[in-house]
Amino acid sequence: MARTLLSANASSAKTTTMKTMSEPAIASTAKPTSLLSVRNVAKHFGKNIVLRDISLEIAEGEFLTILGESGSGKTTLLRILAGFEQSTSGEVWMQGERLDTQPPYRRRVNTVFQNYALFPHMTVEDNVGYGLRVAKRPTEEIQARVAEALSKVKMSEYAKSKPSKISGGQQQRIALARALVNRPRLLLLDEPLSALDANLRRQMQVELKALQREVGITFIFVTHDQEEAMVMSDRIALLRSGELEQVASPREIYSRPATSYTAQFIGHTNLLQADISRGTAMCDRLAWPTSLPDGSALFSLRPESIRLAKVAPPVIASPKTASPIRFRAHLRDRAFHGATELLRVETDGGLILTIRTATRDLPETPLEFEFLAADAIPVSDSDNSNNKERR
Amino acid sequence: MFSRAYRAAITVPPLIWVAVFLLVPYLLMFCYSFWSVSESGTIIHSWNLANYRELLTKPVYWETLLRSMWIAVRVTFFSMLLGYPLAYFLSFHVGARKDLYYQLVIIPLWVSYLVRAYAWKTILGTDGVMNTLLQYVHLTSHPLDFLLYSPFAVVLTLTHIYTPFTFLPIYASLEHIPRNLVEASHDLGATPQQTFWRVIFPLSIPGVLAGATFAFVLSLGDFLAPLLLGGPSGIMISNIVVSLFGAAYNWPLGAAISLCMLALVLALIVFSERLERKWSFS
Repeated sequence: MARTLLSANASSAKTTTMKTMSEPAIASTAKPTSLLSVRNVAKHFGKNIVLRDISLEIAEGEFLTILGESGSGKTTLLRILAGFEQSTSGEVWMQGERLDTQPPYRRRVNTVFQNYALFPHMTVEDNVGYGLRVAKRPTEEIQARVAEALSKVKMSEYAKSKPSKISGGQQQRIALARALVNRPRLLLLDEPLSALDANLRRQMQVELKALQREVGITFIFVTHDQEEAMVMSDRIALLRSGELEQVASPREIYSRPATSYTAQFIGHTNLLQADISRGTAMCDRLAWPTSLPDGSALFSLRPESIRLAKVAPPVIASPKTASPIRFRAHLRDRAFHGATELLRVETDGGLILTIRTATRDLPETPLEFEFLAADAIPVSDSDNSNNKERR
Repeated sequence: MFSRAYRAAITVPPLIWVAVFLLVPYLLMFCYSFWSVSESGTIIHSWNLANYRELLTKPVYWETLLRSMWIAVRVTFFSMLLGYPLAYFLSFHVGARKDLYYQLVIIPLWVSYLVRAYAWKTILGTDGVMNTLLQYVHLTSHPLDFLLYSPFAVVLTLTHIYTPFTFLPIYASLEHIPRNLVEASHDLGATPQQTFWRVIFPLSIPGVLAGATFAFVLSLGDFLAPLLLGGPSGIMISNIVVSLFGAAYNWPLGAAISLCMLALVLALIVFSERLERKWSFS
């Protein structure tokens, strides 16, 4: 099956293999007006295939994050949108116009580069005004717009400084102002926060998101940091080895991962290989109800979906299906994470599970745990089906 | 970190070298320039400024110096004109074969200066390649005599010889320009031409200054090209120095001219270094 995932029906390709999945996983924060349309884009560097058959619709005003490991092709995709690379095949359209045949200087697309790429021989204000100067705008207009852009990123007082005299975070703001001052239709951001230290990065994430809402420009943000992607995006496009794994909103992609790769890449998870017979999934000695047909299937069970069971088990299972699945396990390892801690436990059947609980004193092992059947999300196995198909 | 003996072992030999082969000769020259020479040809060790006075009053010396500078200016200009586009082309437009082209530019540097100067002699001479060709295609009816033994021949030869010297620092500075600056410029709407004049060229100025200094200083002090190809009208200041130290046997005056040139060149180098620092941003 072709693994092309279009944004509007993000995981339809996956859901058809699991017909009974409760929600069809439609990731539509997308408004009906599409700004950018990426159609079957592929990129080969010689024999090295970096991108294959990428199709993606990006809505006006959307904050889309392209998330992927290094080498997944995310930067190449961004460079194709900016015009620094030519795609080997496929097309990019922006509001009814072919974009990928235009040179970068004719695209109404601006980029914030990973290392900012500020012109070292120009002052901060000359950097910001560069795009307007080469477009030969009137001097008064340039001055006004530069001043406005600088104040928007709170850098007015550094207008006359050289880029080498300001800090990384400040350079970051200037790079942003330099791009936004041109009022592009689309802003591309290539891991712009990766060079900043953790605290500043978190602060910039919030600011960047707020700024995006304020200016209303479509952002395509590239990162390898899944937390960053979750915090900032309207939608996440997860890229893996040059292919889109899943495109969905952060909540959706976290709670309804389509594949085992997605489930593992975004947050932690326990992958359970289960045999299904007559509405019951069995993995080791765990059993839970499922609506999947008989056979075998892979389930993702988030560590926080498993909790310590209450002391007294409910005597009668509630008539609704929400009664938790209980099991007994021995504590093998625990890692303190502040408010929560991660437990590694081994069930009686030898299954190792990771469990996130609120930090507290634990009773003696063996411990009783429980989870809800609805939290065991069926996922397709990225390592088997897809990889074999790919190679 | 390193032992004293080790540090001494690596620093003392070059210091001795510099002292014996640079500082002492300069000091001797400095002294000579204030001495004089008798009719019988012996050096008179009495301190005076007669040599410097002669330099200022006799037009032949400063006229030759000015002519030499004019030749050096032209050489600098033409080697820039050739070296910059070459360096730009190699740095930005040849892609994978960059190293090969680079070597091709460097190879002429391995050929002896003399060989190259003589080559121009056979090209520019009355019966040379150039004149034969011009007459063959009937552009001229008789050999052009200004081609050889003229300032033109000197400028041409020196330009040929020193173009690689201007090419190298320009190429190095172009290679140093982060390519994402060029991309950023395109991204912000600048055409390739605007990008060149607003980003690439300003950032290559340190290399241009270094290259220009090389070409100017080296050709100002050159004496072989004027000797072989310059003729009487192409004499340069170094030829006078050579003859003063040789046939004319007036070492003190030769030393005075040399020191003046040294001062001139040092001033130029200091000046261009200042400018380079002003234009470098790393």
